[in-house]
Amino acid sequence: MLQVNDLHASINGKAILNGLNLTIKPGEIHAIMGPNGSGKSTLSKVLAGREEYVVTSGSITYQGQNLLELAPEERAHQGIFMAFQYPVEIPGVNNTYFLHMSLNAIRKARGEPELNSVDFMRLVRSKLKALNMDEGLLKRYVNTGFSGGEMKRNEILQMSLLEPTLAILDETDSGLDIDALKIVAKGVNTLRSPQRAMLVITHYQRLLDYIQPDVVHVLSGGKIIRSGDKSLALELEAKGYGWIQDYQEAA
Amino acid sequence: MDAAQRHVEQMRQTGYAAGFVTSIESDTVAPGLDEDVIRFISAKKNEPAYMLEWRLQAYRKWLDMQEPEWAHLRYPRIDYQAISYFSAPKSAKAAPKSLDEVDPELLRTYEKLGIPLQEQKILAGVAVDAVFDSVSVATTFRKQLADAGVIFCSISEAMREHPQLVQQYLGTVVPQADNYFAALNAAVFTDGTFVYIPPGVRCPMELSTYFRINERNTGQFERTLIIADKGSYVSYLEGCTAPQRDENQLHAAVVELIALEDAQIKYSTVQNWYPGDETGKGGIYNFVTKRGLCAGDRAKISWTQVETGSAITWKYPSCILKGDDSVGEFYSVAVTRGAQQADTGTKMFHIGKNTRSTIVSKGISADRGQNAYRGLVRINRGAENARNHTQCDSLLLGDQCGAHTFPYIEVANPTAKVEHEATTSKIGEDQLFYCRQRGLSQEDAVSMIVNGFCKEVFKELPMEFAVEARKLLAISLEGAVG
Repeated sequence: MLQVNDLHASINGKAILNGLNLTIKPGEIHAIMGPNGSGKSTLSKVLAGREEYVVTSGSITYQGQNLLELAPEERAHQGIFMAFQYPVEIPGVNNTYFLHMSLNAIRKARGEPELNSVDFMRLVRSKLKALNMDEGLLKRYVNTGFSGGEMKRNEILQMSLLEPTLAILDETDSGLDIDALKIVAKGVNTLRSPQRAMLVITHYQRLLDYIQPDVVHVLSGGKIIRSGDKSLALELEAKGYGWIQDYQEAA
Repeated sequence: MDAAQRHVEQMRQTGYAAGFVTSIESDTVAPGLDEDVIRFISAKKNEPAYMLEWRLQAYRKWLDMQEPEWAHLRYPRIDYQAISYFSAPKSAKAAPKSLDEVDPELLRTYEKLGIPLQEQKILAGVAVDAVFDSVSVATTFRKQLADAGVIFCSISEAMREHPQLVQQYLGTVVPQADNYFAALNAAVFTDGTFVYIPPGVRCPMELSTYFRINERNTGQFERTLIIADKGSYVSYLEGCTAPQRDENQLHAAVVELIALEDAQIKYSTVQNWYPGDETGKGGIYNFVTKRGLCAGDRAKISWTQVETGSAITWKYPSCILKGDDSVGEFYSVAVTRGAQQADTGTKMFHIGKNTRSTIVSKGISADRGQNAYRGLVRINRGAENARNHTQCDSLLLGDQCGAHTFPYIEVANPTAKVEHEATTSKIGEDQLFYCRQRGLSQEDAVSMIVNGFCKEVFKELPMEFAVEARKLLAISLEGAVG
C-alpha cells in the first residue's frame, strides 16, 4: 500500500530525513519510535503533503501512485488521514460543520453522494457512541479552547468518521491521560481491517500496550535503523534510546 | 384663447411643475456646482421652500470647509466642479444595451450569487424597459406597512407628504456642516429613504431599499432618515450583495437614525459597490456619514456592516448615547483586496448614565488592500457607569496588504469601564494545511476560516442577509491565498 524509498527531506534547507525506507502492506499496523529530533514528525508531514517540507530525493508510492505529485487534499481524498500532534484552532467554525464539510469533500471527490445533515448527525452520533465520547465537542469551535486531551479525542473522532485507508497518528498519545489513551487505542482498533493500514508514531511504548503493532521501527538520524516485532518496543522501553544510538554507532 | 385651450395650457404648465418627465437629456445638468445647480435640483424634486433654504445654507458652509486628509487613504484629488450633480434618470444611451456589453467578470459573480437575469440587468445598469418584477410585491408590502402606521418612502416624498417630521428631524443628528462630505450631501442630495415608526409599533417586516430598486441611480448622494418613536422597533437593510456599478465615482451618503425612549433601530448594510480594476481604476469613492441618536432612555441603535466594495471606503457609523441606559452597537466586517482602501470604524459618545456600547470590528486585507479601523469611545463627565467593550481584529491574507488600528478613548468620568482588545493575525499556513488534510480545497478552507473569523458580526445580520454575506465573502476572497 505504501512504499517509501530512500527518502530525503529537508525543511528550511536543513536535512531531516536521510534515506528512509518503509513498506506498509494493507491490514498492517506499523509503529515508528525514536528520540526527539529523529525525524518522526517530518515523516508524517511529508506523507500528508505539508509544503514546507521539501523532498530532495527518493520516492513515495501509495496504492500504485506517486504520492509526491498529489496536493494535501488529494491525498486526503485518496484515503490518507493524519491525526495531528498539535491540532489547529479554527475560531468561529463550528466543529460539526467542519466535520460535515470534510466528510462531504472526501465523499464528493470519490464520487460518493454527499450526506445531508440528518444522515450526517446520525453517523456522528454512532461514532461518538462507539468511542465512548460525548457530544460536547461537536458544539464548540474547531479545537478552540480544547484541552490537549479533547483535541486528540477530536482527531480520533475525525479519523473514525473519515474511515481512512492509511491513518497516520503523529504522537497522538503524547500528553494524554490513561482514559484518553484508551479512546485513541479504541479508535485505532475499531478501524483495524484487512484493507487498512496505520502508521503510529510515538515516543513511548505505552500506547503499544493498547495497540498491537505488526512491525516496530526505530528511527534515528532521519533513517530507520532497526525494525522488529513488538518486542523491539519493549526492549527500547527497558534500555532507553541511548541504547539504540549506541547500537547505531556500533553498526 | 378659449377656455378649453387655456385649460390645456394651464395643465401643461402645472404638469411640468409637478415633475412630468420631459426629455431625458434635459434632466441632466452640466458638470459643476453653484447655487443655481442647487436651485435646479430642489426645483426638480419639487421641494418645499424650506428645503431649498436648508440646502443653500449647507452649500455656503461647504464652500468654507476643507476636504479631510486625516484618513489612512490615498486617492487623487477630487474635482468637485467636474461632477454632474443631477443626472437621474440615467441616460439610456450611455447604458449598456444588453448583458453582452457588461464586464464578464461581473456577470460571473452574479452567476455565483445566483441572481436572476432580470436583476442582473438592473444591477449592471442595462437599460431595461420592463418595470421591475417586484413592484407588485412592493405594493403589497406597502399596504401592510401602512396598516401598521409605518411610513416608508423616498425622502423627497416625505418632504412633501410629511414636512413636519422631516423639518423636525432632518440634520439633527448629522448637522449640515458636520463634515465636508456631509455638507456636500446636504447641499446636493438627490434622494434617499425616509422611515417613521409610530410609538409602540414593531415594524412588521425588515425594511429594505431592495423594495425600492426601481428608484435607481440615487446612490450618489443619498440621504436616509429613520425615526423610531417611543417603544418601537425597526430593522433596516441597506444595499445588496451583488456588485453594483454606478457611473458616478463619488458617493457621499448621509444616514441619520433617531431612536426615542425604549425604541430600537437595527441597521444592516452590505456594501458592494464596484471596487475598480486591479489598480483601483474606475472604483467608487465612498464617503459616508452615518450616525444614530439614542435620544430617549433605554433606546438602542445597532449598526452592522459588511463592506466589500468600493475603491475607497470612509465611514464611521456612530452612536450618540444621550438617553440613560441607552445602548449602541457596531459590528463590522471590512474586506479590502486588489487596490482597495478602507478607513472605517465607529464613534460611541456616552452622554447618559449607564450607557453601554459594544464594538466588534473585523478587518480582512488581501493583495495590496489597506484596512484601517478608526474608532472613538468618549465617556462624558455625566455618563455615570458607562461601559464600552471594543474588539478589533485584523486578518491578513498575503504579505503586501496592511491592517492599521487607530483607537481613541476619551474618558471624563471615573466610573466608566472601557475595554479594548485588538489582534492582528495572518491566515495561518497551519490552519490551511489542517483543513486541506481533511479534504477541503484551499479555497474552501480560506472561505471557512474567514467566515469563522467574521462569525460574531454575521450572527448580527438578519438570516438571509447573513447567508448572502457569507457567499459574498467567499467570492470576494477567491484566489486571495496561494
